[in-house]
Amino acid sequence: MSSSKEVLFAPIFDNNPIALQVLGICSALAVTVSMLNTLVMCAAVIFVCAFSNLFVSLLRHVMPSNIRIIIQMTIIASLVILVDQVIQAYAYEVSQRLSVFVGLIITNCIVLGRAEGFALQNGPYMSFLDGIGNGLGYSVLLILVALIREPLGAGTLMGYTLFANVNDGGWYVGNGLMLLAPSAFFIIGLSIWALRAWKPAQVEPVEYEIAENVQYKEAM
Amino acid sequence: MPQRNRDSIGNILIVAISVCLVASILVSMAAVGLKPAQEANRLLNERQNILVAAGVLAPGARVDEQGRGINELFEQFDVRVVDLRTGEYVDHIDPQAFDQLRAARDPDSSRRLSGEEDKPTLRRLENYGIVYLLRGDDGAVERTVLPVRGMGLWGTMFGYLAISGDLVSAEGIAFHRHQETPGLGGEIENPRWRAQWEGLRLFDDEGRPAVEVVKSRAPEGTDARQRQVDMLAGATLTSRGVENLVNFWLSDLGYGAYLDRLRREEA
Repeated sequence: MSSSKEVLFAPIFDNNPIALQVLGICSALAVTVSMLNTLVMCAAVIFVCAFSNLFVSLLRHVMPSNIRIIIQMTIIASLVILVDQVIQAYAYEVSQRLSVFVGLIITNCIVLGRAEGFALQNGPYMSFLDGIGNGLGYSVLLILVALIREPLGAGTLMGYTLFANVNDGGWYVGNGLMLLAPSAFFIIGLSIWALRAWKPAQVEPVEYEIAENVQYKEAM
Repeated sequence: MPQRNRDSIGNILIVAISVCLVASILVSMAAVGLKPAQEANRLLNERQNILVAAGVLAPGARVDEQGRGINELFEQFDVRVVDLRTGEYVDHIDPQAFDQLRAARDPDSSRRLSGEEDKPTLRRLENYGIVYLLRGDDGAVERTVLPVRGMGLWGTMFGYLAISGDLVSAEGIAFHRHQETPGLGGEIENPRWRAQWEGLRLFDDEGRPAVEVVKSRAPEGTDARQRQVDMLAGATLTSRGVENLVNFWLSDLGYGAYLDRLRREEA
C-alpha cells in the first residue's frame, strides 16, 4: 500500500501524466499561450480529476463492469459542465479565451485514465489524492510551458509587460512560433528530455537494436 | 454488505438511472443557478465593447474618468431596431429583447446570402439589425454604433463599428468575440492598431463603402490614404476578413440603407 504522500506527489515528477504517460497533450498545446488561461485550465483539471476519482471510487463496488466506462464518462462530463458554468459565471473573460477547451477536459485522457486505472481499485481518500496529484503533475508542466511561451511570444506574463512589444511601441519583436501550438511540442519535448536526464529511471528501454552494418569485405 | 450480482441487468439499470439522475440534477442546478450571473457578464461585456468602440471608454477599462460604470454609461445610448432592407426604424420589436444572431439563424427573419454577396461568409443575413445611438446635448446623434461580424481565419469575429456624427467617417472599432491567433490575428484587439480607425473615411466619392486594410498605405495627403488601415503583420486572412466585414455591413446589404436615410434626413 503506497503512502498518501507518495500518491499525491509522485505524479508531479516521478510519474508525470504529460511527461511520462504522455496524456493530455491536446490541451497542453492549446491553452498554454497565456499564463492566466493556463492557471484557470489547471485549476479546472485538478478539480475534475480529483472529484471524478472520488466519485468513481465511491461507486466502485456497485458499478457494473460492463457499463463502467459510460458511468465514468457521465461523472466526468457532469463535473466538466459544472466547472464550465462556474467559469462562465465568475471569470467571463477567461472563459471567452478558453472557449471550447474547458469542455474538452471531458476528453482529457488523464481524467479517464486515472478513474479507470486508479480509482476503480483504491479507496475514496487515496483516489481523491491521486486525482489532485495528477492534476498537479499536469499543471506543473503546463505552467512551465506557459512560462516560456507567453514571455517569448508576446513579451508579457499574466498580461503584465515584461518586454515592451513592438506592437505596443516597444522594442521586443515577439517570437511568432511561440504563439502557435507547435511550439508547445518543442517545449514539452525538451522538458521530457530534461526530466529523463534528471531521472534516468524514466528512460524507456530501446525496443530493438540496429544490427551492426555488414562490412563490404564480409559480403564478398 | 450482502454480495449482489453487480452485473445483473437489474443492477445495471439501477446504477445507470441513479447516476444519470444525480448527474443531471447537479448539472441543471448549476446551469439554472448560475444563469443570471452569466447573462449579466455577457451583457456587460457587450456593453463595454460598444462603449470602447464609441470612444466613450478606454479599452479594458471598467469605469471612465469620472468613475461612471459600464451600465451607467450605456444608459446614455438610444437602442433602436432597424429594418436593414429599408433603413427604417422598426417599433414592433423590443430592442432589449431582440437577439440579432438568433434572428439571423431563423429562416422567418433572415435570408440566405448568395455566394457573391457573402464576402464575410455569414451564410444568412437577418432582416433587422440593432443600432446604438449616442446623442449630444443638443439631441443630434454623435455616434452610431453598428454590430458587425464576419469570418476571420479561425472563426467568426464579432465586433462593433462606431461611426461619427458626419456619417462618413469611423470613430472606432472593437471586437469582443473572435478566435484569431493570439499575437497575430488576435492583435485586432490591440489599441494601437485600432487607433487607426479613428477618423477613417469609410466611403469613396461615389458613396460606396471602401475601407481598405493594406500592406502599405498610400502616400500622405492622398485621398486613398484616408480610407486605409495597416494590415496586421502575419495575419493576412484576419485583415482581409476585417476589410470584408466592414465593407459588407456598410453596404446596402447591411446598414447602408439606414445610413443613407440618416444622411438624407440630415441634408
